[in-house]
This record gives sequence, C-alpha cells and structure tokens, in this order.
Amino acid sequence: MVRLKLTLKTCVLLTGLVFLLVLPLIASALEEQFYIGMFSRILIYALAAVSLDLILGYGGMVSFGHAAFFGTGAYVVGILAFHGVENSALLHWPLTLLGTENVLLSWPVAVLVSAVLAAVIGAISLRTSGVYFIMITLAFAQMMYFFFISLEKYGGDDGLSLLQRNSVGGIDLGDDTNFYYLCLALLIGFLFLCHRLVNSRFGMVIQGCKENERRMGALGFPTYRYKLLCFVIAGAGAGLSGALMANLAEFVSPSLMHWRISGEILVMVILGGMGTLFGPVFGAAGLLLLEEFLSIYTEHWMLFLGPAMILVVLFARRGLYGSFVEKREKNG
Amino acid sequence: MAEPLLKARGLSKAYGALRATDELSLDVSHDEIHAVIGPNGAGKTTAVGQLSGELESDAGTIYFAGQDITGLAMYKRAHLGLARSYQITSVFLQFTTEDNVAIAIQAHDGHSFRFWRAARTDPKLRGPAREILEQVGLADRADVPAANLSHGEQRQLELAMALATRPSLLLLDEPTAGMGQEDSSHMVNFLRNLKGQVAILLVEHDMDAVFALADRITVLVYGKAIATGTPERIRSDPAVRQAYLGEGD
Amino acid sequence: MYFLLFLQQFLNGLQAGVMLFLMAAGLTLVFGIMDLINLAHGSLFMVGAYLCATVFQQTGSFFLGLAVALPGTALVGIAVEIITLRTLYTRDHLDQVLATFGLILFFNELTKIVWGPRALFLDVPELLSGTVEIIPGAPYPTFRLAIIGVGILVAIFLYLTVTRTRVGMLIRASATNREMVGALGVNVKLLYTLVFGLGALLAGLAGAMAGPLIAVEVGMGEDVLILTFVVIVIGGIGSIRGALVGAILVGLIDNLGRAFLPALFKVFLDPATADGVGSSLASMAIYILMALVLAWKPRGLVPAYG
Repeated sequence: MVRLKLTLKTCVLLTGLVFLLVLPLIASALEEQFYIGMFSRILIYALAAVSLDLILGYGGMVSFGHAAFFGTGAYVVGILAFHGVENSALLHWPLTLLGTENVLLSWPVAVLVSAVLAAVIGAISLRTSGVYFIMITLAFAQMMYFFFISLEKYGGDDGLSLLQRNSVGGIDLGDDTNFYYLCLALLIGFLFLCHRLVNSRFGMVIQGCKENERRMGALGFPTYRYKLLCFVIAGAGAGLSGALMANLAEFVSPSLMHWRISGEILVMVILGGMGTLFGPVFGAAGLLLLEEFLSIYTEHWMLFLGPAMILVVLFARRGLYGSFVEKREKNG
Repeated sequence: MAEPLLKARGLSKAYGALRATDELSLDVSHDEIHAVIGPNGAGKTTAVGQLSGELESDAGTIYFAGQDITGLAMYKRAHLGLARSYQITSVFLQFTTEDNVAIAIQAHDGHSFRFWRAARTDPKLRGPAREILEQVGLADRADVPAANLSHGEQRQLELAMALATRPSLLLLDEPTAGMGQEDSSHMVNFLRNLKGQVAILLVEHDMDAVFALADRITVLVYGKAIATGTPERIRSDPAVRQAYLGEGD
Repeated sequence: MYFLLFLQQFLNGLQAGVMLFLMAAGLTLVFGIMDLINLAHGSLFMVGAYLCATVFQQTGSFFLGLAVALPGTALVGIAVEIITLRTLYTRDHLDQVLATFGLILFFNELTKIVWGPRALFLDVPELLSGTVEIIPGAPYPTFRLAIIGVGILVAIFLYLTVTRTRVGMLIRASATNREMVGALGVNVKLLYTLVFGLGALLAGLAGAMAGPLIAVEVGMGEDVLILTFVVIVIGGIGSIRGALVGAILVGLIDNLGRAFLPALFKVFLDPATADGVGSSLASMAIYILMALVLAWKPRGLVPAYG
C-alpha cells in the first residue's frame, strides 16, 4: 500500500533524493568535479552504515568490527584486478582461479567472500553478547587488518593500486559521473532490500531479539541462527561497499579495515539515528561533510570531532534523522 | 493412572553454595492446574527456568509428553508445546500489542527465514493474533505500543503471548504479580476458563488465587518439595503449616 | 642453540604479557566495578609514555620520567573520569564505546599538537642497560627482566589489595552489588574515581616502561588496547586473575608464534611460502587462540563470578 502523504519524512527523503540525482549536474555546472567524488564516497560509506544498522539498530548487535567486511570486499576486488592485469592465476589448487576486472564477476565474489567471513566471525562472536561481543568483533577486525598487512604479495602495509576501475558492459566506470550514479543506484537498491527485510518475518525476529532475546527463545525461536544470518547479510552489504570503495579510490590498503573505520561507520549510524532505514545515510553524509568542513579550517579537526561525538552520545541519542524526522512521524 | 504430561525427577540447581532447587520432583497431569507455592527464595522461579529450558540443570531429568527433554534447548521445548510467562513482564515494549502476539504465533508457523513479504499485513499471523487478543480482552488495545499499556494489561499480554504458541502446558510465573485486586481477580477468572484446555503449572504468591484455581499444590521450601496434594490436604498438612506458614511450636 | 633462542623468546613473551597485564588489570577492574568499557584506556598508555619521554628528554633520567608519568597519568585519568566518564556509567555499552572512541580521537590529536607528529625516543636507563646471564652463555637484557619483576610486584600488590584491604572489599562488593555499597554509606563516586585513577596509573606505568622498547608515537595506545581486549576476552571480564592468565598466554603465543611459526612451516613447505604462511598465521595466532577459547568457554578461562 503506497500512501504518498506529504509528511515531513517524505519531504525530507524526496529532497534528499532529488539533490543526489542532480548533484553531478550541479558539480559540472560549477566546474567542481571534486564534489562528485566526495559524494560517491558518502554514498559508499552510507551503504556500509546502512548494513551496519541492520545488525546494530535492528538486531541490537554492537559490532565494532564492521570495517573487516568493508576492507575484505575492497581487497577481493583489488586482488582479482591484480591477477586480471597480470593474467596470472590466483589459485591453482583445488581449482584454478583467474583474476578479473569485470564488475559482474568481481563484485559478487567480493560480496560472497565478505559474507563467508562474516559467517565465520559471526558464528564465534555471537556465542557471546554485550561487551564481549564488542571486544571480539573489534579483535577479529584487527586480525584481518594484520592478515592483510602480512600479505607481502599484495603490497602488505602499503596496499595495492588498481590500474583502472572495473568495467561492466558498455558503461565506462572510469567516468566519475557514471560511477557516482552506479553507487547511488546500488545504495537505493540496498535500502529497498533492507526495507523489505526489516518488515518481513525475518525482520520481526531480528527486532525481537534486540529487545529481549531470552523471550524470543522461550517463544520458540532459535535466535542464534537468525542473528547469524543477519550478521552475514550485514557483512555482505559492507563487502559490496568495500568493492565500490576499491573502485572509487583505485587503491586498497589494510587501513580500510583499521579499527577507526569501524568506529566511524558506527558513529555514522548513531549520528543519523540507529534503527531507522535512512538515518545512516544522513549520518554518513553528516560525518563526512563535517570532516571536510572542519578540515578547511584546521588540520587538527579531530580535536573537535572527538568531543562532538561525545556530545552527540550524551545529548542526541536518537541522531539527526532519528530525532528530527522519524520522531515526529511517530507522534503525528 | 495415566502418564503425566510433565514429569520432573530429582531436579537440582545450585548457585555456588546456594541450592536453588534440591532434588525436586514434580508432575503435571493433562488438563490440571498444578500450583507451586513457597516462601521467597524457595526456588520457584528457578524451577520454572529449568523446566522451560532457560536454565541448565545440575542434575535430574524432565519428561514431557513421554519424551526426555532434559537436555533440549528452550526453543525446541517451546515447539513441543511448553510455553512460559515471566514474573517480570517481558513483552516487547517497542512492538504494538498485536505485534507481540503475532510474533508468538510466527514462532510456531514454520521457520522465519522469510525475507520479502511484510509480516505486519500477513493474515496468517494477524488473524489468529486478533482472536487471541479478543480472548484476553485486549482487542481494543491492539495498535498501542506495548510500552503504553498499563501494568495489568501488560500481564494479560504476557499471558496472551504464551497462549498464542498453542501450548499443551503453560508455565506461569506469578501471573498476578504486582496486580491490584480487580485485575487480579480478572486474571483468576481467565485462568479458570482455561482449565480443561491446557495444563498449567502455576507459580503464585497470591494464596487466594492458588486455592481458587489449583487442582493440586506442591509446597517448595529451600528448593525441596515438602508436600504435594489437593488444596484441602495442603491446608491441613502440619509440615506445611509449620514450615511455610511459620505456625506450630 | 634452539633452546637458547626459545628461552629468549619465552622471556620476551613473558615481558610482553606483563605489559598487557598492567593494561588489562586496569581495564578489567573498571569494567568489573563500574560496568564501563573504556576504549580510551590505550590513550592513557600513550600519555604515560609521552610524559616519561618528555621528562627524560629534559633531564636525561628515566626514573624521574617514571616519577612524573605515574601520578601524571593517574591525574589525567581522574580528570577524564570526572569530566566525561562519570556520566556514562549508567549508559549502555554502545554509548560508552562511542564516547570513549571520541576521547581517543581527541587525545591523539591533542598529543599531535603538543608533541608534534614525530615519534619520541626513550633510552633504557643506565642502571638497567646491561644484560644478565640467566643461564651461562645466555645474556638477556636487564631492562626486560626488570619489567617482568615490576609486573609480578603489581600482580601481588593487586591481589593483596583486592583480597586483604577495606578498599578491596568495597571493590569486590560493588562489583556484585552497586546499590548496596552506596546504601552502606560508602562514597561510591569517590571509590569509582580512585579505582579509575589506579587503572590509569597502571596504564601509565605500562606506557612509560614500553617507551624504551617501542617508538613513542601517536596511536601507540590503540594496538595495545586491542591486544588488551583479546586478553580480557580470553581471561574473563572483571577478573584480575583472568587478566593475568590471559596476558601471559597472549604475550607468549604472540612472541613464540612470530619467532617459530615460519621456521616450523619450512619443514613441509618451500621457504618462500613458509615465510608467508608462517608470518600470516603468526600475526593471527592470538586471535585464533581467542576464538578457540570462546568456542570452549564463552565466558573466558577464569570468569569473575559463578
């Protein structure tokens, strides 16, 4: 049932969508192509933040290691491209794997690998909860960070440069505008998927687990399985955004899965409003634009960002979008 | 005599030196209301936890409908027809009243790895949920967030959720906890109406409720069952009067 | 020959473990008592190192640096507790993580402004600069042995404090029942501040002692912090004994793994592959250990209660 009421929510979302759709035109008109790349980055982080919100905001799982999946997705693209250019095999045994620069091969593999990694990390981490879960997800992300540092073949600490962006069909992704619209389309697609997901039976179970997992068990739900699958879906989403990030920067390095990236994605979700579908998108835009803005005035912008975060936590728990848009919706 | 629906033998659970339940044995027959009473700290809630599978027992066995469920996970017991309510209300406060019942129904309507169709408009869940809300008298509160319900209504919802799983045995942990006189007698009436449809193990502090409802009563003191019998027998049992009511010499 | 190498690596592991113990003890005390997860604990490690290094550069004395770093870090910790963390005790863990994450960014940037982006270096104090022959023909740096000694002393001190003193009794009591301790007329706020200060002091001690071994630079605290988390997860949250067990295990496995895994793999792989696989595995060894412990005992090896 679609009701297109002119509520605050629809106004805000429509304005946001229109803005994002025409942004490349504006940027070109102003001859500030730089904005297209900047907003591509925002869209990519938004995708990662939305995926984290699935487990954090809806599932109540406070993961401080989401960058592990983000970085892994990026590395898969990087490594496949590396072998694609070299025309060498990535693996000889048990089966021969060749590199590729094709989006339709490379990105699904990135998503798949990230999902498998999430399944392994999730299976172990979800045996615990609360503060243990926070520390364990952080530790596993750090493990992946060190793992990629130890891969000398793929640049170790220094990372790996891509010769060019991946290609698909006749679309030239090397063109920033094309790439931007692809990011936007994927974000919208993912948001739609999440919208279905959180309102489905599966989504109800996940939200029930957030509020009272014990009760869900008493009702007859094997909660672990549902939470694990949710964790895997979130990992896959982060993997996709990582694949995009590798293409945007044409470069991957272990710093993509540094704990600070995990922290920033977490802050995006909170800043925008966790447990809301669109909040993380606003959060990603808010945080990255704030960083850009502060860095104009001072190279020590983190000196202000840190305390700002503390203030958000202390006084604006529902986040930007959460407090201003969703709240009024509910009351109205 | 027919095999009881629930048969617990020698259940024990210790927290350090404290023995919450100690060699506790208990039967619940089909269609019976079996009340468990005892002073604070007698191990009543622990016993419910062990029976429902939330707590792992140190020793003892539990049979339900002829099946050994001693090591079975809580959610599997729920699927066999064992439902429980909580002493401290644990409904989903952010869900609406109807959502709460619907999710209980969903738990017993196949798996929930269904990702696409909206659950809130699914007639397979919403229809039965409405029926149960009618039954417990919460139908007019269906769309209210559970957080906005009164305490008495939340207790009713708590019970409605347990009922929605279509159990053959209800484990009710103090269903009238914190209720006023009026709400409390509503609850007693409601439970009386359930008699014959479902077996109930009732843990309760309110003695009026217990003696009004129970077919049999077990008295728990320091984790041990010191007496089991009809309300009349329990009322006159000297050991019970001494240990529980603090009477005697 | 291999035995000597092993002994040396074993002691290195022990020394690393002791460092981790100093960090983990403070973090686990704060968690056990205040139910606070403090990501900025690593920043206190960094503060301790910087204070010690600064005094050392001015005076040339490591011990003077230590004498400033310990109370200095404790004071910084207490100030942070009073200004921000105090309000977070009643918040959920997510809030605590985010706010203390903000603190890390703040501390890192502030350090960069005050001390500049370049790393500082600290020399091993002259008194401890030599080596000791632990067994004939096996010299080992005195400084590292001294660290191990300090760690043992701190462990004994903490054990006695927690089990034998009135403060320790309050610490144990408030970990199990917060309201009760308040009701007994104990100034819980003051108790919390003191405990936090003690945790900060231990982190500062670890940081100052690490100064001569690693580069004193911005961000040095975070790697240690994450290792500390691994220690706590392995040992069991809120348990000092667990912190000790976990720290020693992590220290040993990390060092021995890095030293011997590549060689071990050379037995059945070609050298280049063995180096790659061995060093990859060594860098992940402690996390794999953590995963194994969790699979076996989800609440850690020495859980605090029950």
